[in-house]
Amino acid sequence: MLEVAAVNSFYGKAHILFDVSFSVGKGEAVALLGRNGAGKSTVLKSILQLVRPESGKVLFEGRDITRLPPHRIARLGLGYVPEERRIFADLTVSENLEVGRQPARTGLPLWTPERLFELFPNLAERRNALGGTLSGGEQQMLTIARTLMGNPRLLLLDEPSEGIAPVIVEQMARTIRALKDAGVTVLLSEQNLRFARTVAERALIIDSGHIRFDGSFVDLEADAEISASYLAV
Amino acid sequence: MGLLVAQLLAGLANAAALFLVASGLSLIFGVTRIVNFAHGSLYMLGAYCGYTALQYLTGPLGFWAAALAAAVAVGLFGLLVECLILRRLYKAPELFQLVATFGVVLVVQDLTLMLWGAEDLLGPRAPGLDRAVMLFGQPVPEYDLALIAVAPLVLLGLWLLMTKTRAGILIRAATQDREMVGALGINQSLLFSGVFFLGAALAGLGGALQLPKGGADLTLDLGILAPAFVVVVIGGMGSIGGAFVAAVLISVVNVFGVLYLPESTLVLMYVVMAVVLLVRPHGLFGRAELQAGPPAAGIPDRPLAPLGPRWRTAALALIGLLAVLPLIGSDFALVLATDIVVLALFAASLHFMLSLGGLISFGHAALFGGGAYAAALAVTYAETPMELALLLAPLAGGWLAFAIGWFCLRLTGVYFAMLTLAFAQLLWSLAFQWTEVTGGDDGLIGIWPAAWASDGTVYYYLTIVLGGGAILMLRHLAHSPFGYALRAARDSEKRARVSGIRVDRVRLAAMVVSGTMAGLAGGLFVFSKGSVFPSALEIARSFDALIMVFLGGVDALGGPLVGAAALTLLQDWLSRLESWRLLLGLAVIAIVLLAPTGIAGFAGRLLRRREAS
Repeated sequence: MLEVAAVNSFYGKAHILFDVSFSVGKGEAVALLGRNGAGKSTVLKSILQLVRPESGKVLFEGRDITRLPPHRIARLGLGYVPEERRIFADLTVSENLEVGRQPARTGLPLWTPERLFELFPNLAERRNALGGTLSGGEQQMLTIARTLMGNPRLLLLDEPSEGIAPVIVEQMARTIRALKDAGVTVLLSEQNLRFARTVAERALIIDSGHIRFDGSFVDLEADAEISASYLAV
Repeated sequence: MGLLVAQLLAGLANAAALFLVASGLSLIFGVTRIVNFAHGSLYMLGAYCGYTALQYLTGPLGFWAAALAAAVAVGLFGLLVECLILRRLYKAPELFQLVATFGVVLVVQDLTLMLWGAEDLLGPRAPGLDRAVMLFGQPVPEYDLALIAVAPLVLLGLWLLMTKTRAGILIRAATQDREMVGALGINQSLLFSGVFFLGAALAGLGGALQLPKGGADLTLDLGILAPAFVVVVIGGMGSIGGAFVAAVLISVVNVFGVLYLPESTLVLMYVVMAVVLLVRPHGLFGRAELQAGPPAAGIPDRPLAPLGPRWRTAALALIGLLAVLPLIGSDFALVLATDIVVLALFAASLHFMLSLGGLISFGHAALFGGGAYAAALAVTYAETPMELALLLAPLAGGWLAFAIGWFCLRLTGVYFAMLTLAFAQLLWSLAFQWTEVTGGDDGLIGIWPAAWASDGTVYYYLTIVLGGGAILMLRHLAHSPFGYALRAARDSEKRARVSGIRVDRVRLAAMVVSGTMAGLAGGLFVFSKGSVFPSALEIARSFDALIMVFLGGVDALGGPLVGAAALTLLQDWLSRLESWRLLLGLAVIAIVLLAPTGIAGFAGRLLRRREAS
């Protein structure tokens, strides 16, 4: 589904990603783990071309999407949920969803506001509230719902569990599993290993812009050294 | 009572065109973050296109059809400008966008002149609405009543568009976070083009609709620009409802001003603006600018380096050349060289706050003209000797900068820029309308240098010593701890603050320094010309400064000098040609698109490349 090959990305002159390579198979849920500043967000942004890699390739369903403008990539069925949420504060919940709306895709469920309100009941009550008045957890739900309106085949989630209450984290995990069951492939970045393990079956570990580990959570836990050196705070 | 109502209605009618222009400006700014200086030109084009369309369309229906046709034509022209020029500049610094749109202003001026001629065109009366009705015993033109109805209708239409349609929702979303809209699969280019078309069409409609009231002439473009800015600033940038309220406010204040304070009509709207901004710094319906996503990762600036040996030699050679110029050059060359040095100081003063401080002023002429008028007024009314007047000029520039900075520095970015323009226009209106003191349009004349400096060559040397000294001082300041603090505040305001830099004070101080130097340039200018006119304060003068800074290259400390020389020589050369505005405009646009680091930056890059290899 997604193939990242030897990507090198920069912020200005600062080299952030070094030859990052990995792939995500159809129907998989993969967690990209690493500390603050390890390069997780940059990986996701480099996939969507919000950060343009200096070298390397990104293939989505066999198609080279490097250098395509982000909106074309989104239209191919690649949904992105940013870490900072970036909901439109002056638009209502319903209007936020409208911005994300894209045509239906064959072989995938069609997301409508009504279906999303079933998935996120809190949002249903607040559909006419301005985005800026939502709580942190509600904003996180809204940003996911907004991206789902594009009926993505692959969902990139940047730290979905960050900065929200533990109860909502639970709900978030259920949501991600439900999406996976509905046929959406998921790549999420996380610092929270416990959360990641409950939603993903495979882990990637990134540190200082290098991929250090690529394997199952079982293998990861067997290798105490890896998680100690790259994940523990 | 009847008179009051009649005045009120006249004010409301005048508000229509102003609202149409300002709402388009606000809309375009909201989504694309471009301050479209060519918006006044679109308004002017609307008037001319409407005039032409009316040659073919007659009758009451024909009139409104012609106005719509003009709006569509201007919208298409706006679309062309967006696709050919602005689309490449969305990620460029504000200065580039500004210079490019000003290039469009120049091009449109000459194109209009070529197509429609220099004669003012008399607007036809609107068929079916060419009489007056009696209201409260006063005649009120029917057309005024029609205009009063048009503005709220357009407002309603825009409101429906923005809240009830998908396009409107996308536009509002893009106003808040463009990148996110793109990441959700929306084609931003298409959205921007659409907004530009709509904004331009609104301006064109405004121009066409005011035809029966004012006709069409070549001064409409810059004439509407300052009021439209004031309306956008008062209403709150990006707020269309705010633009409506502010347009009504300004127009009504204006008609009553004409009635009761005929001497101060031009100044009045700036006073209203200042009062509104004192109470609400972001305008009536505006709010503090939202941080749209994370700041873009920029290319780190090359550190400012002291001059290398090669540049030092070049600088010495330049000084040597300037010193012997009177011996080898003609009188005309001397006049040109004096102009260049004065303008270089003017440009360097802007460069100081713009490049080092990140403070883009659209109204730098206020400080230059302020200094010039201070010196001229002192000479005219107090028979002040030249030496003292040349001291007064920088003092006046510095004080003006302090006053303007105190107001404007609460805002940042384009808000700051628009406010500075409004203040410059305030001073311009004072110089223009306060005839008893400033001589109005006739200016102040007979301001000649003292006897010892009355010879052109001596005054030339005086200009070089004072102007060159001031430029060197600015350069020195850039390398001082003060210059570091200023650049730190530019690059990261927050980080500068927590490092103990009092950002607001540093910026105000930078403005005062800049104003002092601009004032000195103004003083030198007055004595070199022997006179001063309101043109020393006009928008075009502020643009000269921006264009010089731009031509020289924003990042090059020597840029202003190069820019001043380039602009002076270019203007001198081009002004011998028929359509010099067109050529200058095209040249400016080409440089923005092709050599965005300016002439000095371009040369510097070539040199560095050669040194590296």
